[in-house]
Amino acid sequence: MSVETPRTSEEPVGTQEMAAPAATAGSGPSALSRLAGSSATRNLGLVIALVILCVVGLATAGERFGSIDNALTILRLAAVVGVVSIGMTFVICGGGIDLSVGAIVALSSVWATTLATQTLAADIHWIVMVFTALLVGGACGLVNGVLVAYGKVAPFIATLAMLASARGLAELIAQRRTQIVRDRSFIDFFGGSVLGIPVLVIIFAIVAALGWVLLNRTTFGRRTLAIGGNPEAARLAGIKVERQTAYLYVLLGLACGLAAVMLMARTTTGTSTHGGLLELDTIAAAVIGGTLLSGGRGTIVGTVLGVLIFTTLTNVFTLNNVDTSTQNVAKGVVIVAAVLLQQRLAARRRST
Amino acid sequence: MNPRTISRPVRVAAALGVVVLVAAGCTSNTPEAEGSTSSDSQRAGSNNDEPGDKVTIGFSGPAADHGWLGAINSAAQAEAKKFSDVDFKAAEGTNDASQQIAQVETFINDKVDAIVLLPTDGAALTEVATKAMNAGIIVVNVDREFSTPFAARTTVLGDNYGMGVSAGTYACKLVNDKKISNPVIAEIAGIDALPLTQDRSKGFADALKACNQTVDNRVAAEFTVESGEKVASNLLQAAPKIDIIWNHDDDQGVGVMAAFDNAKRSEFAFIGGAGSANAMRWIKEGKMEATVLYPPTQAADGVRLARLLAQDKSMSDLVQVAIPRRIVLDAPVVTKENVEEYLPLGFES
Repeated sequence: MSVETPRTSEEPVGTQEMAAPAATAGSGPSALSRLAGSSATRNLGLVIALVILCVVGLATAGERFGSIDNALTILRLAAVVGVVSIGMTFVICGGGIDLSVGAIVALSSVWATTLATQTLAADIHWIVMVFTALLVGGACGLVNGVLVAYGKVAPFIATLAMLASARGLAELIAQRRTQIVRDRSFIDFFGGSVLGIPVLVIIFAIVAALGWVLLNRTTFGRRTLAIGGNPEAARLAGIKVERQTAYLYVLLGLACGLAAVMLMARTTTGTSTHGGLLELDTIAAAVIGGTLLSGGRGTIVGTVLGVLIFTTLTNVFTLNNVDTSTQNVAKGVVIVAAVLLQQRLAARRRST
Repeated sequence: MNPRTISRPVRVAAALGVVVLVAAGCTSNTPEAEGSTSSDSQRAGSNNDEPGDKVTIGFSGPAADHGWLGAINSAAQAEAKKFSDVDFKAAEGTNDASQQIAQVETFINDKVDAIVLLPTDGAALTEVATKAMNAGIIVVNVDREFSTPFAARTTVLGDNYGMGVSAGTYACKLVNDKKISNPVIAEIAGIDALPLTQDRSKGFADALKACNQTVDNRVAAEFTVESGEKVASNLLQAAPKIDIIWNHDDDQGVGVMAAFDNAKRSEFAFIGGAGSANAMRWIKEGKMEATVLYPPTQAADGVRLARLLAQDKSMSDLVQVAIPRRIVLDAPVVTKENVEEYLPLGFES
């Protein structure tokens, strides 16, 4: 690996160039604009895919698809997966992967709805449940992060271990029962809406906005892309790679805790079965959104679009009463089509 | 490594650790008193329950990751405990067919008198069950059927097709009683790939034919609360007005109910399936129309039958001396009228 370029700069300025060190070696500003352009066209491809889906929805289900209620239903469904997907985008951008998100959501939701937590929440305020979920999620993320960053365990293995043990612990605590949230004001708050927009959707929007700023406008984001693109170069540029990696997993853990709270409000329960296959949904959303699985590149807008495509797809199918087997086949086709469309558009932009 | 790079995360970790330890107090989860799962009220008088020859019964079932399966296991345990002449060996619940095969092989090696087996997959466990039968061990098959009749002495089954029929018949009754013209009937199924789900759906469709109705909207969830909520909220968008909804499974029903509440929809008659305690409480409160029972006491019945078979006794209420080969349990409908009677059978999910 070439390490000359980063060594010249002492401060951790991981710019977009660093995001793809191999591609930009030797070529200056043109490479930069090309990269920015391709990321925009990638998103354009996703927008086109989403628009096509909406047209199909309108054509086949008409008013039922076009109504505001239905749009809000889609957004509410997207919110939980979306929050975790944004955290996942950071971890993947940083060169990692996290398979344990579903299990962490389950554990957080269970821990936050135990009789003891709920009694405490009834005495003080339901915010106790929120803090518990965030704390459990953050702690799980910290364990993942420390194992990966300082223990040098491969992310795949470390988080696979967390997947097994977090879900197991959730089952132990909940005794495999569904724990019902008794605090109505908790459910009313998160299940309610402000100015007609559901609180869950607002949370998703805030998380997406914060994620965008964090990734694109802060040194934290630049460092994330830098360590994902080329950890050795990042280290030589003065970035504390281990610490940054650990932070990313904690961030994702907190997102899982938040998702657990949202799920508790949506389903009025905490159970060890929450978040089933969430890891696949979130990784798929991030990757469809243009995040490189090998790290170093990713966009929050792309991830949000990826989540929306999946949710809209399911919604359109359900409105048309399509059976699940056909849905699954079509889902696979749509995933491949969306990615191909993205690549086509990106290639065309590059050649012109 | 530079000590400063590690010290801060460690400090953060230590601080978090302390908080987590404090929060650990929050994991206490002492449940409220549980209802007993069996009623001894209307049993025929015979001396079958009196202690007989000492028998060893092995029990193996799937992991109790679902309320109904949890109830199956605890009911079997509770039933076995009632008999002083039963030595009950329960294997750890597993969803891995090869591990369950190993458990049955262990029972064969231990030379138990009978095995009560709720297979994770009937076909996958058929071979080893046949092996047990050939070794002279009585096998009682519960809920998921083996692929050959030689693998079990007696089979106890819930009636999945019958569940659908009960739900469909009840839906027809509602349509006729309320004189609904052009009713919109929706179905929220469980995991579509499972034969049991297909049986339930077929039964529902067949019964609806009797009153010239069909299922207008159908979605499938995954027996979990989360999936129930997800598919139900899409379903409510798909059909702006629904008259009757049948949901296959009361475990996922908690999520389905949450979706109804979120969308503030309640114009329909909501019929459940399986018969959890939650569902029965909803019926009492009037939030649910009815639920179709899928008895969680099958394995308990399996234990009883295994004991009788091992002791060479007969079923007291039958004229026939030998225990029947096959018992299919009824799928009754629980409504507001009879909910009190069934509440003790409802399982906490």
